[in-house]
Amino acid sequence: MFEVQSMKFKDILDIPQLCINKPITCIVGSSGSGKTTLLRMLNCLTVPDAGTILYKGEDVSKMDTIKLRRNVVMLGQTPVIYSGSIEDNLQIGLEFSKKLPASKASMKETLERVELNKQLTDRCSNLSGGEKQRLCLARVMLMDADTYLLDEPSAALDKETEQFIIENFSKFVLENNKQLIMVTHSEQIAEKFPDSIIRIEKGEVMEAYNE
Amino acid sequence: MNNVVMNLSVLQLSIAYIFVLIMLIIFKSRGIKREKQILIATTRMTVQLTLMGYVLMFVFNNPSWWLTSFMILIMISFAIYNSIKRVKVNMSKELQRIIAFSMIFGALLTATFFILIVLNVRPWFNPQYFIPISGMIIGNSMTGIALGANKLCSDMEDKRVEIENSLMLGASTVAATKEIVNNAFDSAILPTMNNMLTMGIVSLPGMMTGQILSGTFPLTAIKYQIGIMLAILGSTAITTVLFVTLGYRTFFTKDNRLK
Repeated sequence: MFEVQSMKFKDILDIPQLCINKPITCIVGSSGSGKTTLLRMLNCLTVPDAGTILYKGEDVSKMDTIKLRRNVVMLGQTPVIYSGSIEDNLQIGLEFSKKLPASKASMKETLERVELNKQLTDRCSNLSGGEKQRLCLARVMLMDADTYLLDEPSAALDKETEQFIIENFSKFVLENNKQLIMVTHSEQIAEKFPDSIIRIEKGEVMEAYNE
Repeated sequence: MNNVVMNLSVLQLSIAYIFVLIMLIIFKSRGIKREKQILIATTRMTVQLTLMGYVLMFVFNNPSWWLTSFMILIMISFAIYNSIKRVKVNMSKELQRIIAFSMIFGALLTATFFILIVLNVRPWFNPQYFIPISGMIIGNSMTGIALGANKLCSDMEDKRVEIENSLMLGASTVAATKEIVNNAFDSAILPTMNNMLTMGIVSLPGMMTGQILSGTFPLTAIKYQIGIMLAILGSTAITTVLFVTLGYRTFFTKDNRLK
């Protein structure tokens, strides 16, 4: 879906050519290697100094960024919880992207999917870090985007739930014919998808889908 | 009623400086090192007001449209400069220009409307009305816009992660900053509203007190006070709403990224 061509950004990234076209892609590499920067560029939160990024053949720098972000939804490293109830927090993504609100049933189903055992009317103030991250995952799952960009989705999760959530999210992506690009530190997750790894070191692509 | 205000001799007035002396003694005995500032503040207040007295005497004796306009220009320039200075964070040049535009448009428009349409002052440039009333409206708008700008800038900084998260979810910049913009507007307008709540019970406002002292009927003075409060409220609201709705955009790039 994404194609990066002769892209440069400060001394952080230098990618002559990269195709991100598998349903699931794990971007791995040591910290500070430029993984998050690349992900941000796919969401137009950062723009490269040179080169182009194509999404479905279209140059993202010429697209309406808000429209792009409604199709390519990103979840950042820090879970962000808005004021209000669990339901408000689930609906806000749909509200932001001007989509129809989700039904109670689908919200409950998504909460189960991310194993968040809370009522829709519950307040969010006493959620733990892991629970917040799961709520954020549920929020983006409801948004029915074409592509999901997850920046270390398991950073705030404990090891046990981490695997469950990622497996679940991957299943959701594959079942619904979507694309998932995630930055991860977890070797375990990366091992689960051995053909889907893009390794970045010091701003350069060292390995892309076993090549 | 006595329609002539008692004149205050320079000697009488100088007795009032005893309060500064008392303050100096208190500060000295408690070891608070503020003598210099007290003296500077007292001197500046005295000199500035005396000069203003002479300037007003001159303007009142030579009423003309250009002199009134010139005075307003000085007042509004100083108010813009002061409101920019009062904001603790570094503002972009663009945001400073928006402060200037909102102040000129919001405060001047309200002042002109109030003086010409509500008070029906003739000739329009009558300095006795135009200068003090514009001064009050501009001054209050200045306080409001400074409060609003402080809140807007600090919230935009503190809530970067939240704003960016909203953008990631496909939010427009308007939607991503709606709460921040509303809070900035609210904090700008709140002091004026609180002031209105206690007015007449806790405090007798300065303009009304002044009019009463100079022999105006309290009921007339009150009518003026109510009018001016409404104008201040309107002006603060217009100035700040202009500022926040134009100002939030300066924190984003054209392609909807946070700067």
